[in-house]
Amino acid sequence: MLDKADGQIFTGNVRLVHAVGMHARPAVKLTKLAKKFQAQISVRVAGVAEWINAKSVVKIMAMRAAHGSTIEIKASGSDAEAAVAALIDLIATDFPDEA
Amino acid sequence: MQGGATGLAYRGRTASIGFAHGRLVRVDADTNGERVAGNLAEEALALRAAIDAASGQIADLAGIAGGEAAQILEFQVALLEDEDFIEAIFASIGDGDPADVAWRSALDAQIADYNSAADEYLKARSSDLADLRDRVINILRGGEGKALKIPSGAVVCADDLPPSRFLEIDWSGGGGLALLRGSPTSHVAMLARARGIPMVVQLGAIPDIGATALLDGEGATLELDPNAEQVRLFEKRRESHRKSRASARAILRRPTASWRGERIKLFINIQRVDDLEHADAQYADGIGLMRTEFLLTERGGLPDEETQFQAYDAVLRWADQRPVTIRTFDAGGDKPIAGFTLDGEANPFLGVRGLRLCLARPEIFAIQLRALARAAVRGNLKVMFPMVTSAGELEAGRKLFADVVQRLQADGIAAMLPELGIMVEVPAAALVITSFKASFFSIGSNDLAQYVLACDRSNGALAPLMDPLHPAVLELIARTAEHGRRAAISVSLCGDMAGDPRCLPALLNCGLRELSVNASALAHIKQTIDRLSSGGGLG
Repeated sequence: MLDKADGQIFTGNVRLVHAVGMHARPAVKLTKLAKKFQAQISVRVAGVAEWINAKSVVKIMAMRAAHGSTIEIKASGSDAEAAVAALIDLIATDFPDEA
Repeated sequence: MQGGATGLAYRGRTASIGFAHGRLVRVDADTNGERVAGNLAEEALALRAAIDAASGQIADLAGIAGGEAAQILEFQVALLEDEDFIEAIFASIGDGDPADVAWRSALDAQIADYNSAADEYLKARSSDLADLRDRVINILRGGEGKALKIPSGAVVCADDLPPSRFLEIDWSGGGGLALLRGSPTSHVAMLARARGIPMVVQLGAIPDIGATALLDGEGATLELDPNAEQVRLFEKRRESHRKSRASARAILRRPTASWRGERIKLFINIQRVDDLEHADAQYADGIGLMRTEFLLTERGGLPDEETQFQAYDAVLRWADQRPVTIRTFDAGGDKPIAGFTLDGEANPFLGVRGLRLCLARPEIFAIQLRALARAAVRGNLKVMFPMVTSAGELEAGRKLFADVVQRLQADGIAAMLPELGIMVEVPAAALVITSFKASFFSIGSNDLAQYVLACDRSNGALAPLMDPLHPAVLELIARTAEHGRRAAISVSLCGDMAGDPRCLPALLNCGLRELSVNASALAHIKQTIDRLSSGGGLG
C-alpha cells in the first residue's frame, strides 16, 4: 500500500492489555508517541479492514479497541522500524506514565 | 430598588413563581451570542486563533489542576492537535461553513458518537468534548472563553439571558434566575415557567457582591447574603406557597373544570418531550401546543425524519386517546436557527418566520411533514401552522402536506393527513378569520398582543404598554371565539394569558372554553376557574 521509493514497510502486532481498552489516556499517549516519528504510521484492530492514522486521537478513539484485542501496526518512512518498536513497547507495557 | 432595612434586598417583577435558596452565580451578559461570519479566509483565521487560544487556556488550567484533571485536559489538547480532525473542519469552512458552525458540527458528531457507545467510560468522555466545543465557540463569539459552569441549585444572576443560555444551564437540581433587566413576557421567562424555575426580572442595579441568595418568585424579591431571620421568613413564605399549591392540586385531580355549567378544557403546552414528566401533566385534557423548535436546537444540526417521528410518537403514546396539537417549526423572529432561518433581516419579528419560513424552505419543511404524517396514524394528532397571515398560506401548507402523505402511501408507509389548524397571532388573520378553512384555531396571545400593540414583548421598557387585556387584543380574541362558536370549530388560546389568573375572567367572557397552559400552571388555573365559577374572586 505505502511502497514509496524509500518506504520499506515495517509491521508488528501487540495485544492490548489495558484494562479499559483504548480510551482517552492511552489514546493520547499513543498519538503523542506516534507524532515523535517522521514515519507514516497506521494501526488497526486485527480483523478490521481499515487502517487508521496513529497520529489522530479522534480516529484512535473511534477504533474502540477493546481490552484483549490485538493491535496491528505498520509504518513507512525513515524511522519506521523504530516507530513500530516504540509503539509495541508502549502498548505491551500498558502505557506507563513516563513513556 | 432597595427593599427596606433588612440588608441587601431588591425588588423586581415576577416572571416565574417559585422559591430558590442557593449560591449566587453571576453570568455576564452575552451581547454577541450570534456572531457575524466573515469571508472564507477570515473564518479560517478566526477558527485557527480560537483553537490556539483554547489550547493556551486548557494548558493553563491543566497546570493549575494537575493530576487526574490534567490528564483529562490533555485529551482535549490532543484533540485540538489532531490534524486529521482539524483539517476536516477547515475543509468545511472552505466549503462555505462559518467557523462556529463547522466547529460545532464536527464536535457534535463526535459527541453523538461517544454518547451512542454502550461503554459508560466513553459516554462520560462526551462531556469533555462538549466542554471543548463550548470553549472554542465562546472564544469565537468574543467571550472570555470561560465555559458556563453553574453549580446545581444556584441562583443565576445576569443582566439578561437569551433562551439558548438558559437551556445550557442544568436546572435539574433546582435554582432560580434573577435578571437585572429582562421582561416577564420574554422567551426565557416562558422557558422558566415551563420548567418551574423561579425567575424575577427588572431588579435594576445590584452591587457586585454576595455569595448566597434568596429568590422569591412570588414576592419578586432577591436577598443577598441573608441573615438567619431573612432565611426564616423566606422559608415561611416558601411553606405557605407549598400549602396553597397543595390545595390547588386537590382541585386538579377533579375530572373537569367548569365555569357557569360549561366545560372548560385545559390542555398543556410542552416545549420538549421531557415536559411530560411534570407531575401535573397527567391531569391535562390533552396537549394544546407542542412546540417543535427544540428539535432544531439539538446539537448536531437539523433533525432527520426518524428523530422527529420518535419525538412526536412518544408524545402521542403518552397522550393515549387525548388530542395532541403539534405546531410546525416556528423559527425566525427571535429564534434564529443556523442553516434554516435567514440572516440579516432588519426586522425579524416581521420577517420570514413561522409558516412563511417553512414555505420558503420546503426541503426542510417536507421532512417535518413526513414525520407528522407518519405519526398521525398513531394517535389523536392535530397539526397547526404558526404565523399565518392569509388563507393562501394555509392552503399552500396543506398542499405540501397532502403531497407528502400521498408519496408515503405510494411507498406503502402508513401515513395520513391530520386535522390542520392555524395559530391566530397575526392581527390580519384574526380580522378575516372566516376566510380560513381550518379545522381548529389556536390563539397565540403573546404574538397577537405584540403585533396589535406594536410592542416588542422582550423590551422591558414597554412593559406598561404591553397589556394583554387591552380592549383591542380582547376584541380580536372575542371575534375568533365567536367565529368558532358559530362555525362549530374549536378555538383555544395557548399564550401566557391562559396561564395568568388575572386574565382568566376576560378570556372566559370572550367566549373561550379551551385553554392551554404550562403544566406548572395547570393546578393554579383550574383552581382559579373553580373560584370564578363559584362566584369567588381571583383569590
